[in-house]
Amino acid sequence: MTSLKTLTLSVSALALGTGIAAADPALIFDLGGKFDKSFNEAAYNGAERWKAETGGDYRDIEMQSAAQRVQFARRMAESGANPIVVMGFQNAPTLEEVAPDYPDTSFVLIDAVADLPNVRSVIFAEHEGSYLVGMLAAMASESNTISFVGGMEIPLIAAFACGYAQGAKAVNPDMEVIVNYTGNTPDAWNDPVRGGEIARGQVSQGSDVVFAAAGGTGLGVLQAAADAGVYSIGVDSNQNYLHPGSVLTSMLKLVDEAVYTAFTDGPGLEAGVVTMNLAAGGVGYALDEHNADLITAEMQAAVEAAREAIIAGETVVHDYRTDSTCPAF
Amino acid sequence: MSTKRIPHWADVTLVPLVSVLLAFAISAALIWAIGESPWNAVKLMVDGAFGSSYGWGYTLYYATNFMFTGLAVAVAFQARLFNIGGEGQAAVGGLGVALVCLYIPWPHWTLALLGASLGAAAFGALWAFIPGYLQAKRGSHIVITTIMFNFIAASFLNYMLVNFLRPQGSQDPSSPRFPDTASLPKLHEILGLFGIPFSKVPPVNISLLIAVALCGAVWWLLWRTRLGYQIRAFGESESAAQYAGISPARITIIVMLISGGLAGLMALNNVMGEQERLVLNAVEGAGFIGIAVALMGRNHPFGVFLAAILFGFLYQGGAELALWTGIPRELIVVIQALVILFTGALDNMVRIPIAKLFSLRRAD
Repeated sequence: MTSLKTLTLSVSALALGTGIAAADPALIFDLGGKFDKSFNEAAYNGAERWKAETGGDYRDIEMQSAAQRVQFARRMAESGANPIVVMGFQNAPTLEEVAPDYPDTSFVLIDAVADLPNVRSVIFAEHEGSYLVGMLAAMASESNTISFVGGMEIPLIAAFACGYAQGAKAVNPDMEVIVNYTGNTPDAWNDPVRGGEIARGQVSQGSDVVFAAAGGTGLGVLQAAADAGVYSIGVDSNQNYLHPGSVLTSMLKLVDEAVYTAFTDGPGLEAGVVTMNLAAGGVGYALDEHNADLITAEMQAAVEAAREAIIAGETVVHDYRTDSTCPAF
Repeated sequence: MSTKRIPHWADVTLVPLVSVLLAFAISAALIWAIGESPWNAVKLMVDGAFGSSYGWGYTLYYATNFMFTGLAVAVAFQARLFNIGGEGQAAVGGLGVALVCLYIPWPHWTLALLGASLGAAAFGALWAFIPGYLQAKRGSHIVITTIMFNFIAASFLNYMLVNFLRPQGSQDPSSPRFPDTASLPKLHEILGLFGIPFSKVPPVNISLLIAVALCGAVWWLLWRTRLGYQIRAFGESESAAQYAGISPARITIIVMLISGGLAGLMALNNVMGEQERLVLNAVEGAGFIGIAVALMGRNHPFGVFLAAILFGFLYQGGAELALWTGIPRELIVVIQALVILFTGALDNMVRIPIAKLFSLRRAD
């Protein structure tokens, strides 16, 4: 421990000596990489927005291997970056290991919880946002069959699927919801061709609204839905503009907002768990000029009523992650 | 055969060395073309990988992974079996390590290491046994079956992690942390016994020594035992080996068991030594890098050792490059790809001119 501290001190002294600005924030992307059209890219957009508005500078780094989780978090902390935003649900153990060694550095963990005095954990209520787009899908569907394309069958994505199905069945209990996952290798998040195949398969089973929660794979899903003349639903960022008239809406998960807020709060930001749910505006559905013709006034009124009911606690959307079961399946 | 005109020492050192230098020259041109200084990049990479015990630690950590998977490919290739399923075998080996570490209360890490080695090797070998059996008895081509088994392994591990190993309520599909008694000593602790100071940060651990020992063991197996002779004879000519009384089916299955076991043992390093829990996609392509390492190392254990260090350097040096410059990580992948291209695919491009040089010299 002592030699580690000496190393830390000497490296930070070195960092100061070479004139790296001490309090630049930093952003560590998860394995998907900066331009994954989804989760990491949303973080990048948030950081870029902060940069454009404040004129400040930030550092970022993309991981290539899991061994670099701890390595990069340490290197960033040693270089004096503060606060440090770490992306990804696999990083709770990373910060549990690294953050206690740098008590004066603030860390922000996106998508997981690490209970430490200098870590802000930001988690999203994806099931609530998915519930709303599930309602919209059920109301737009004429075949009474809708579908879901997930990246990998992991609890996070299952929570999207479960919320989606709950919302659809709240509108019509007889609604059929087809669920498929892309694969089990990291390629599952970036395989638009496979995404398109799955979407076409679902359409041939009668689905006329396809919701994709699969990173870059989703682009293929949206394309296939547009080609087949059915509706699709985008994810994370507002993807309505990709195929106007075909993308019914997008399930928003405002990762960019979380990063922007962290950078704005700066060093010494408030630690603790931040839940980005409907009430906090952290998730939602996208409504803009590209889908204004698709969402009727009744549909919007129904979804808004559900949104308020969820915020007020009258409707409880079950989160798959709490007990690994889904009442809608 | 052009190889006959090259002295053996030149074949195993000069040809790979020139190939690597050519790959680095093109990489330097690329770095220059995107507006960064190649000289600076080289300095950063070498300094980041070898300039401190911290850098060495990471370089050797990656190299350990590649030694295991490289040896796995090399052994199989001595029998002319192209095992490209190291990725899946190492992943399933990781499951073996996790089950052994989680469900058996080990009193001490030495026993845990022994148990985990058995678990890793057995699971890896089992995963290679099925393609080996299919090749031996049914003639299903090993290249096809092993690569398909990589995908089956990925799905199988995902299923096990999400449904069985993941603690209830955890969002992250990974096993719980292994108990402390199953924690392997890091290299700094081992070197500390001899009074040598070493950085405590990198994850390099005792499995490095196991990997190095296995390089020696594989050499001994291949060139000093009857089984090794049979493997090599089978690789040189199946019909001749069969005429000599060597059973092709038996050798195929045995070689695949050894190869899968070696790949599975990689889990000692990444699962037991580094993460100390089983995570999704724990192998991260090291199984495929093993193919390049074996190709470059001429399927010889010592060559595998050197090539593994080179790729460890590319990984760690590349990480430092991405950390301190604007060079994107994709370019590091390009550099690795160039090394593989030149040492693996474009071998004759270097070998034939070198052979000509040697024959010129001899003619003088």
